[in-house]
Amino acid sequence: MTTTRSRRAIRAAALLAAGLVLSACGARVDAAGPAGAAAPASCVDTSGSEIKIGFLNSRSGTMAISENTVFDSLSLAAEQINATGGVLGKRLAVVAEDGASEPTIFAEKAQKLIRSDCVAAVFGGWTSSSRKAMLPVFESNDSLLFYPVQYEGLESSKNIFYTGATTNQQIIPALDYLKEQGVRSLFLVGSDYVFPQTANKIIKAYAAATGIEIKGEEYAPLGHTDFATIVAKVRDAGAGAVFNTLNGDSNVAFFKEYKNLGLTPATMPVISVSIAEEEVGGIGVDNIVGQPVAWNYYQTIDTPTNQQFVDAFTAKYGAGRVTSDPMEAAYTSLFLWKGMVEKAGSFDVAAVQAAAGGVSYDAPEGTVTVNGENHHIAKTALIGKIGADGLIHTEWSSGKPIEPDPYLKTYPWASGLAS
Amino acid sequence: MNKRWAVPAAFAVAAVLLFAVAPLALSPFRLDQLGRYLCFAIVAVGIGLAWGRGGMLTLGQGVFFGMGAYLMAMHLKLADAGPGGTPDFMALISSDGVPWWWEPFRSEVVTLLAILLLPAAVAAVLGLATFRRRVRGAYFAILSQALAAAFAILLIGNPTGTGGSTGLSGFRGFFGFALSDPANRLVLFFTAAGVLLLLLALARQLMVSRYGELLVACRDAEERVRFLGYDPANVKTVAFVVAAFTAGVAGALFVPIVGIVSPNDVGIVPSIGMLIGVAIGGRTTLFGPALGAIAVAWAGSTLSEQFPSGWTYAQGLLFMLVIAFLPGGLAALAWRRARPAAPAPSAQPVPAPSGGN
Amino acid sequence: MAVLVTQVFNGLSGGSILLLAALGLALTFGQMGVINMAHGEFIMAGAYTAYVMQNVLGSAGLSLLVSLPIAFAVGGVLGVVLEATLLRRMYHRPLDTLLVTWGVSLVLQQLARDVFGTAGVDVPAPGWLSGPVEVLGFSFPRTRLFILLLAVAAFLALAAALRFTALGRRIRATVQNRPLAETSGISTRATDRLTFFIGSGLAGVAGVALTLMGSISPNLGTSYIVDAFLVVVVGGIGQIRGAVIAAFLLGVAQSWIEYSTTASIAKVLVFALIVAFLQVRPQGIFTVRTRSLA
Repeated sequence: MTTTRSRRAIRAAALLAAGLVLSACGARVDAAGPAGAAAPASCVDTSGSEIKIGFLNSRSGTMAISENTVFDSLSLAAEQINATGGVLGKRLAVVAEDGASEPTIFAEKAQKLIRSDCVAAVFGGWTSSSRKAMLPVFESNDSLLFYPVQYEGLESSKNIFYTGATTNQQIIPALDYLKEQGVRSLFLVGSDYVFPQTANKIIKAYAAATGIEIKGEEYAPLGHTDFATIVAKVRDAGAGAVFNTLNGDSNVAFFKEYKNLGLTPATMPVISVSIAEEEVGGIGVDNIVGQPVAWNYYQTIDTPTNQQFVDAFTAKYGAGRVTSDPMEAAYTSLFLWKGMVEKAGSFDVAAVQAAAGGVSYDAPEGTVTVNGENHHIAKTALIGKIGADGLIHTEWSSGKPIEPDPYLKTYPWASGLAS
Repeated sequence: MNKRWAVPAAFAVAAVLLFAVAPLALSPFRLDQLGRYLCFAIVAVGIGLAWGRGGMLTLGQGVFFGMGAYLMAMHLKLADAGPGGTPDFMALISSDGVPWWWEPFRSEVVTLLAILLLPAAVAAVLGLATFRRRVRGAYFAILSQALAAAFAILLIGNPTGTGGSTGLSGFRGFFGFALSDPANRLVLFFTAAGVLLLLLALARQLMVSRYGELLVACRDAEERVRFLGYDPANVKTVAFVVAAFTAGVAGALFVPIVGIVSPNDVGIVPSIGMLIGVAIGGRTTLFGPALGAIAVAWAGSTLSEQFPSGWTYAQGLLFMLVIAFLPGGLAALAWRRARPAAPAPSAQPVPAPSGGN
Repeated sequence: MAVLVTQVFNGLSGGSILLLAALGLALTFGQMGVINMAHGEFIMAGAYTAYVMQNVLGSAGLSLLVSLPIAFAVGGVLGVVLEATLLRRMYHRPLDTLLVTWGVSLVLQQLARDVFGTAGVDVPAPGWLSGPVEVLGFSFPRTRLFILLLAVAAFLALAAALRFTALGRRIRATVQNRPLAETSGISTRATDRLTFFIGSGLAGVAGVALTLMGSISPNLGTSYIVDAFLVVVVGGIGQIRGAVIAAFLLGVAQSWIEYSTTASIAKVLVFALIVAFLQVRPQGIFTVRTRSLA
């Protein structure tokens, strides 16, 4: 008896669902054009004495290790801006959300910040997957994201400002440095995901153009902990240097193995692009001292601006804390946004986008300038060496800010890489 | 309430809530969020059948969820690229064009058929292979977990085919309809709600049928079922296949609603995460798993907005306390209160010991 | 030839790490049927014990050796607490122990994050373990040799304890026939608790050894737990020696496939091999013969 009843109810529900689907009169893709054409009107409230901004970082989960540091420096920047009168005379009211190390949560929370909290701009994201997940949200709502981490390039959205390095501000300077040091052959080690794979593609094209020999290329799954085989291959290949794009905890296992097999920076240096001040402690200074790294900022940069930044940060969070490149890029991003808004005289997204080109800021890393075309920023590349104090000391500098070129259009040898 | 009206009435209430109350009461953003929870509820319906009724602890549902999701995502990517076009992410990282195994999914029909059939077919092969060899209990659980791990590694390691760790995202349309249009998003929500109710009805039919009784019998005394002349391997495989089917459908709906699928949604951790709602709601009941999944997803979003690290503790404690002290879930608690005299059968500790000693 | 020696050594070394991680599980899962997902977090607790001892004692060489027994006790106590509070009431539903202990592992991980910080910490290897040893022109890292010896020693100690001590006899009796053991006057509850203490203690020892190899972070346990369970499943329930053979087989397979392909493919292929193997021998390499139907 119950079965027939429930069957009837089911049928009714199914019919209702089907009817709703058929009677829908939503826009077709071609009618709506590319994503974002039908963006709903912005709900940002600019009438009061406060303006809302959103911070979206992973405060829980595996990425919390890295992203909490970015959150801290963003908070410091907001505090400093409020202490000096805010933006266009309005205090910043921060709405902080947890991305929980999951791209889908990032997309959902970005949607919440834009539509429910009505923030003027969002700052955050770390992994490329979180950025890729948020990108359509910012485009379809026509809102702004400031992304503070170096990444693999090949992207430029009018709704994202990239304040970390793209490949031609980190990977290519690292190769220039190695070439200057007389390195004639390389071994590539990376985690098995998109950043190392793209970086290695660029490295191989560069190597082919400059006559550097690639002795081997190895990838480890994310979170891999046993590097015996990979390091044995590295040792047997006998390259002039190792280019390391490993991610996270894998670096620890790799460098411990490297040292235990008796390999040293003197015989075969390992240049890394994902190890900053924050990670050195976990790897163990002993295991990595003397190895080169490539970034755009180190805590040891000797300028008054950086000294102020480091002092303010340690005063707020404790003397034991270090500052690193992504933290500095996040800190800078808030001031760049302030510059753009003040130049535009408005919090309106279109006005900020129009005003962005040429906005510059005297950042802890040096003067940076926003590129109005691709929304990246011009920054100086620095190669550093890890010292016995656990900090990174500048060895080599590109001398002047490098214009961002996320698609490597100005490098003839890279023409085959991005179509 | 009269018992024979209880289930149809529950269906009616659910339909009114989902099709009338939710769209009126919730903002578009909250409705999208609820749509995502409904996807997990759909997975939970299948898990309730396989785990609650069949005693198979499926720790690899992320694999089937991921298959459905990636199949749908591949189609949406190809549709966005236009006839003969190459999806944007692929053009960026490789110049080889579209891999051959993507080509069939340009067709809407092939994609829909694949979503309905492929996870089920894989589950059928895996299920028959393992259950016929009488791999069960903990062995089955650990194998399905290893499967989830291997699947995530494969996805991450093949960026040209699957988008690697960033997954597939940035879809513009859904079978020709623009995803940015709120009217279309409402239809997507209704589709998810309709699918959930349909699959609940299917699960109900299976539970009250002769097959449903056999399944419970296999869970409680597999050898006796064998002695009675049935093949438990077939009985269990059917439940496993239905669970994989629901997970695949849920994955396919998840993609247009959330706008991204990545290996983060398919590995070991999300696979186990899919179980907690089922356990809390009451694994042996019809509505319990779905309601539990919605409640846990909702609690996750809400709690992590307020206390990021608190949610991890809360999740851990929920697993510990509910499973250790309330194996029947909240449904058992409600049942016990309604009839204090006789403990309900569903409140009994569930799987019979089947260790290898 | 050089490749052969290096890869066999790397495989054995990888196997010894797997063995250390899985030995305790072979006891708690294999003998008691409890699927303890928090075993990985007991390993993590062992690693953090080494970190704390390092900070207390200062000397790397001494603290490593002192950490081994202390981490055994730390892991063991955690295990006993878990057994006494939660698992005791769950022996009749082994599958549910998996989910309960998963909850425990989430809580322990978050606890480690809140206590030690989210960033990884480092335990420097003592001087006598740094660098390689040269044997016949081949160089072997001292840390890996140390772990290999430690794993073999732990196995021999456990096997001897099971075989020759009164406790070992009680454990074996309880595993083979719980009602009969009870009837013969063995307190199965006390036996269970001691078994859990030893199994969890071995996880603590594994944690100390792993500080020599990789990162010490709240996620440490999650990297090893699935592999450790696979070792026990392949080895066969109820037999410690099965775990030994399985650990070294898997270690060598991983290192050989990794050498000729990539680490990702090796991982996936090893999983596939395990599934195929269980088709042939669903009960693992060794089984305890009983007249039980289940």
